[in-house]
Amino acid sequence: MAELAYWEAIRRAHDEELANDPMVIAMGEDIGVVGGTYKATSGLHQKYGEKRIIDTPISENSYTGVGIGASMAGMRPIIEIMSINFALLALDTLINAAAKIRYMSGGRVSCPIVMRTPGGTAHQLAAQHSARLARVFMSTSGLRVVTPRGPMEACGMLKSAVRCNDPVIFIEHERMYNMREDVPETEFFRPLEGAEIVRKGTDITLIGYNWSFVLCMKAADMLAKDGISAEVIDLRSLKPLDRETIRRSVEKTHRVLVAEEDEAAVGTGAEIISIVIEDCFFALDAQPVRIHAADVPVPYAANLEHAAIPDEHDVYKGALKVMGRI
Amino acid sequence: MKAADQKRLLREMIFFRRFEERCFEAYMEHKIGGFLHLYSGQEAVATGVLEMIRRGKDYVITGYRDHVHAIKAGAPAREVMAELYGKETGSSRGRGGSMHIFDPTAHFMGGYALVGQPFPLAAGLALACKYKGTDEIAVCFLGDGANNQGTFHETMNMASLWHLPVLFVCENNQYAIGTRIDRSTAVTDQYKRVCGYNISSSQHDGQDIDTVMDAAAKAIEHVRSGKGPYFIEFLTYRQRGHSMSDKTAAYRSKEEEAEWARRDPITLYRDKLVKAKVVTDADVKAMEREVSNEIENDIVKFAEESPVPKVEDLNKYVLDDNPDPRWIGPLQNP
Repeated sequence: MAELAYWEAIRRAHDEELANDPMVIAMGEDIGVVGGTYKATSGLHQKYGEKRIIDTPISENSYTGVGIGASMAGMRPIIEIMSINFALLALDTLINAAAKIRYMSGGRVSCPIVMRTPGGTAHQLAAQHSARLARVFMSTSGLRVVTPRGPMEACGMLKSAVRCNDPVIFIEHERMYNMREDVPETEFFRPLEGAEIVRKGTDITLIGYNWSFVLCMKAADMLAKDGISAEVIDLRSLKPLDRETIRRSVEKTHRVLVAEEDEAAVGTGAEIISIVIEDCFFALDAQPVRIHAADVPVPYAANLEHAAIPDEHDVYKGALKVMGRI
Repeated sequence: MKAADQKRLLREMIFFRRFEERCFEAYMEHKIGGFLHLYSGQEAVATGVLEMIRRGKDYVITGYRDHVHAIKAGAPAREVMAELYGKETGSSRGRGGSMHIFDPTAHFMGGYALVGQPFPLAAGLALACKYKGTDEIAVCFLGDGANNQGTFHETMNMASLWHLPVLFVCENNQYAIGTRIDRSTAVTDQYKRVCGYNISSSQHDGQDIDTVMDAAAKAIEHVRSGKGPYFIEFLTYRQRGHSMSDKTAAYRSKEEEAEWARRDPITLYRDKLVKAKVVTDADVKAMEREVSNEIENDIVKFAEESPVPKVEDLNKYVLDDNPDPRWIGPLQNP
């Protein structure tokens, strides 16, 4: 095992997949000579050359479209968009093209791209650099959406995403790039589908993904001190969602909380709770709770930003509410 | 060009016109649904340009007015008609319809409804050609209206910067749906708009197929020889409305339509070939009868008799239907 930071894990996945398949290329703003805003492609331009590690102009929609077009002719581009906010500019090519080409060609043309992008709030990046937006992609037929929770998942899932024949939206998180974890030194893959029960418990199910999963794990530690045994699920894949794992956990614990860093409306939490209601309503002993951001554009001032975004204390308090303790 | 080829091209254009007009009839009979955009009047452009490419090798992509481009690129006309009928035997198995004809075996990489969306996709196809070290090229057909999208500028920049082997064919039919070009576009000569990206370009008559073929051959040679992208503009005119609900009266005059009708690409070529004694009027009449029969008794018949897609297949083709479990999983919880 070797300890890797999240960004190093992403970089390693690039390196291994570039070495494995000559049809793999990477493209994005400042990913080559500079090595990526979050260093996720550092050194690869020197190693693989500018033919394979392509610095693009600031033209998110069209360079994403170039990657999609190349994928239609057999290539496997890993496309980086520097912030998920900027991915809004590429929604036409991602949602109207990549997501739909397989279907509207009757399965005759596929678009095996990976679009990597960090979503989420970091530290006072303000409204136009703090979007989360997973819900935009998870509501689109024809896409896969994955949210690796740490270095191990990031490395193994990115490798799987490159080899998968579908367009994969690979959502990272600005707060997580320096998170460290032991990762096997030999090659490994992590599957793109399936939620994972990362912490077993019996009293309440806490459900999160990337950063909100981290909050759930911290909250589970706090709950343990109160004698409450929380089971924590990492959704891992937001599209498709793993209904079965959610159902089995809630049927065991009879209580559920969903945490998301996004605003609540029409979001991941709403979808998960709908699944709970549809699949295991009669297993519930208490109303489900959603923990989410305030319904405001993300503020700049540190105190306002803190107030707008959920933290582990919010998850903890929400869990106590589900447990009837407050 | 050999007389046999000239005859074949005339027949092809007559075929394309009749194909489109037959689509019109089928639409009026409610056998074709959705939006239908017909190509009548512009045949010399797609026919002439695609005559000069390596069909089945070079990649072709276009917008929603795509039937003729698909067929000339190599998609079987039966399958295109069956697609319009929403049948399982269609080019896209009935999932795409008129605006989304695909035939990857012919390297026809689709018709797209989003105006300007094919620009970057074409550049990506060209990037793949160049990356693989082949001398194949990508050919992107779009209308003048598409040049006011951001994708036009973004893609011209990248195509030029990276010397991509892509030919942009601008079919300037003077109208972006119902808005005349001088009412939507500051520079009406479209070929001038790429000079800011250092892309070679030219403008030609799109009604005379010989002119189209000569110009296309030079442009294709430029692109194939590694000199980077080329932007070629053809002045042309769509005889029908933008789509079926558009009757054109609101935005263009009968006089203008009549003037362009005198320069109908099929009439021009027919007259030229009759004058050169390549064909006789009787030959042309016979051609028209043959084409009508073929479309009616083979192509439309095939579409009519083909099965519709099975409802139980609704969820096919959303994602890879045979995914590799090593990458996809799903992950098993103990």
